[in-house]
Amino acid sequence: MRDFARLYAALDETTRTGEKVEALTRYFEQAPPTDAAWAVYFLIGRKPKQVVPSKKLREWAAIEAGVPDWLFQESYDAVGDVAETVALLLPPSEESTDLPLADWVENRLLPLRGVEESAQRAALLDAWRSMDRPQRFVWNKLISGGFRVGVSQQLVTRALAKVGGIEPAVVAHRLMGDWEPDAGFINRLLAPDAADADHSRPYPFCLAHGIEGEPEALGPVEAWQAEWKWDGIRSQLIRRAGDTFLWSRGEELVTDRYPELGTLGAFLPDGTAIDGEILPYRDGLPLPFAQLQRRIGRKSVGKTILAEVPVVLIAYDLLEFDGRDLRAEPFQTRRTLLAALVERVDQPGRLILSPTVVADSWAGLAAAREESRSRQAEGLMLKRLDSPYHVGRKRGDWWKWKVDPFTVDAVLTAAQRGSGKRASLYTDYTFSVWDDDRRLIPFAKAYSGLTDAEIARVDAFIRRNMVEKFGPVRTVKPELVFELAFEGIQRSPRHKSGIAVRFPRILRWRQDKPAEQADTLESIRGMLPPSP
Amino acid sequence: MKPDDLLRPTDLGLYCEAGDFYVDPWRPVPRAVVTHAHADHACWGCGRYLTSAEGAGVLQIRMGRDAVVDALPYGESITIGGVRVSLHPAGHILGSSQVRLEHRGEVWAVSGDYKVEPDATCTPFEPVRCDVFVTESTFGLPIYRWPSQQAVFDEINAWWRANRDAGKASLLLGYALGKSQRLQSALDPEIGPIYTHGAVEKLNRAYRDGGVALPPTAYAGAAVKGKSWAGAMIVAPPSAHGTPWARKFAPLSTGIASGWMTIRGTRRRKALDRGFVLSDHVDWPGLMGSIEATGASRVLVTHGYTSVVVRHLREQGLEAEVLATRYEGEGDAQDRAEAEELEAEAAAEVQEAP
Repeated sequence: MRDFARLYAALDETTRTGEKVEALTRYFEQAPPTDAAWAVYFLIGRKPKQVVPSKKLREWAAIEAGVPDWLFQESYDAVGDVAETVALLLPPSEESTDLPLADWVENRLLPLRGVEESAQRAALLDAWRSMDRPQRFVWNKLISGGFRVGVSQQLVTRALAKVGGIEPAVVAHRLMGDWEPDAGFINRLLAPDAADADHSRPYPFCLAHGIEGEPEALGPVEAWQAEWKWDGIRSQLIRRAGDTFLWSRGEELVTDRYPELGTLGAFLPDGTAIDGEILPYRDGLPLPFAQLQRRIGRKSVGKTILAEVPVVLIAYDLLEFDGRDLRAEPFQTRRTLLAALVERVDQPGRLILSPTVVADSWAGLAAAREESRSRQAEGLMLKRLDSPYHVGRKRGDWWKWKVDPFTVDAVLTAAQRGSGKRASLYTDYTFSVWDDDRRLIPFAKAYSGLTDAEIARVDAFIRRNMVEKFGPVRTVKPELVFELAFEGIQRSPRHKSGIAVRFPRILRWRQDKPAEQADTLESIRGMLPPSP
Repeated sequence: MKPDDLLRPTDLGLYCEAGDFYVDPWRPVPRAVVTHAHADHACWGCGRYLTSAEGAGVLQIRMGRDAVVDALPYGESITIGGVRVSLHPAGHILGSSQVRLEHRGEVWAVSGDYKVEPDATCTPFEPVRCDVFVTESTFGLPIYRWPSQQAVFDEINAWWRANRDAGKASLLLGYALGKSQRLQSALDPEIGPIYTHGAVEKLNRAYRDGGVALPPTAYAGAAVKGKSWAGAMIVAPPSAHGTPWARKFAPLSTGIASGWMTIRGTRRRKALDRGFVLSDHVDWPGLMGSIEATGASRVLVTHGYTSVVVRHLREQGLEAEVLATRYEGEGDAQDRAEAEELEAEAAAEVQEAP
């Protein structure tokens, strides 16, 4: 636990990736295998289900620290993180634990689940009393299920590859899928032999950056394939040794949630991996993403929802065929094999080859892109015909070319302090527009889009112009106007404004506009798709 | 505040009508009693200043050669108008004082900025028994609990040594007056040479003149062009962070010493390599201990987490209220905005109160 807490501090302290990889490498080189396995598990963002609710954590810590609730809340407002606030408030400790991370997790943390509250509390107090401040902090993070550290999976992968003396892509692949954090896992993870046994394992997804500048800069249009960019769930459908696995990009096994795709597996030959998008689809047309949201998170799907929101897999790419890893082949070759496979499977109600958008010039593609919204697409995807299937987000071969977002000028009417890096600054904003009676109606929340300097100025304005407090939310004198962008818009009876927008963010601060000139609800309603 | 209070806030500063003088005014006034020379407590252009003998030299540098500075040794008293005035060490920076005022049998003490843990660069804090205590509250939250300064100094020297071994310079940021001298007094000159920013060097002189032992330092600006800074320690005010001036020391590692570094988010937002938790202000346990030691039955809380401290003191059964001032607390350049806003928050709360 001591070394792991030190690793956390080291990762937290630096913004340089080189130093992070070095700290990770040092840790993995000396950690016992079971500790290393748990460290990998937590560092790449997996977490056991929350064992103790944060509410209880703060309640018990406040009592132990002799701090009343309101004072805990004030402290939390300054810190922006429960685990850290608790670590800072607990009475100082002279103790520090030598027990290995795996011991803390396996013998002390996990057994707390489902145990009576009084026993949980006793165990927690016991743990706190045996730890120093940095250890308490990491422990609180683990126990509240909120472990996050400023390190990407890519950096962890790089460090592990260095330690094992193997290719990062091999490590990335072995980190996918279902595995138990134990000593055997670490040995398999770092083993030189690349013949991997686990047949459920998906490949790391190839991701795209948004295009910068004009597409003409990408060279001749003939070197590229354009497809619609769908707004669904990116996933991999895998068929190996008679079993079917459907993985979401979040590396969650979702085979059971989409039974229509799970049973599709039986039509695929063994040794197949298709990269695609789960899309709600009815009567030959995609449905809005909001419909798919009704199925996300649902463990069991009933007949009604299956009938109302059926899904298909739009097939983008073929990563494995006949048990062979095709990722190094040119995209064109993979696509040809994919097209043949989709045709042979012949399940048009469930498996659809991603349609290409063909034009003989970039201008032609730009014109086609304008139809995106009416097709429920977000824009175009551009893929270089001779490109391999990369691991992760690589620049150059795949680009997202989204349609311009909707924009609205809205008034800042409420704010809340951020968390983590933005703790103690007001950075979470609520924006409103004018309704027919010239009242300001909240319609979107946005957290990002301003520079640090702008955030500081807006924060100063908020502190000087607070009107009312509602818990952590402060209403603010309606004065500042911002241009917001969002990707999609839907009717929503749950929102006071009657609309819900997708991915709202701040484009710029309209310092030239008084609040009176902000947009109206009427004008936003005009952006809604026609009523069904 | 009550109408017959010995001190009351005005547009110019905290005014003592009985003695016709101001304590740490924020605008020029004819007569100012000044706790210490930081800009938010010592205002330029006053007719006369009264400050501690230990702090007179530093104040003179800050207020200009023509300023009239009267010096009063700690513990000695003079009478201004009908008010007996004496100064007592606050442990914040060289010459920092608490101002004790006695009038018609009532005793007030104004803390200015203060710190409880003794350090090598100034006379340690002494609690002053009083009826009314005016205290700062820069770090008035229970999350602020300072580690022992020796532990922090050891960390700083270890960081410097590691940077030296990696062929890098170390840039250590701390407020030019006070914090930077406290840091320098703890640096281990065996590790390498110590250079200073101009603002720091100027005040080093005043500290050395005041009898404070600092390791040998050289003004960084005087170095020859193209000099290698590998292994060197450079001490500078926080405003130097990210400037072309700082970049000339590359390759370098930058650290800051501030109480705000307690919180990870603050540390990370500043994009520094290291944050050392070291403050010249009182932490939460120190604040509560000091208030108790004064024996005061009424506490007026200035700059910082005023409303939190007031509420807590009231829950402890003390009479407490917010006193709106324009002091800034740990005024490191980047922290200034935050401190100002906290002050604005407090001021707004005062206005809301009936």
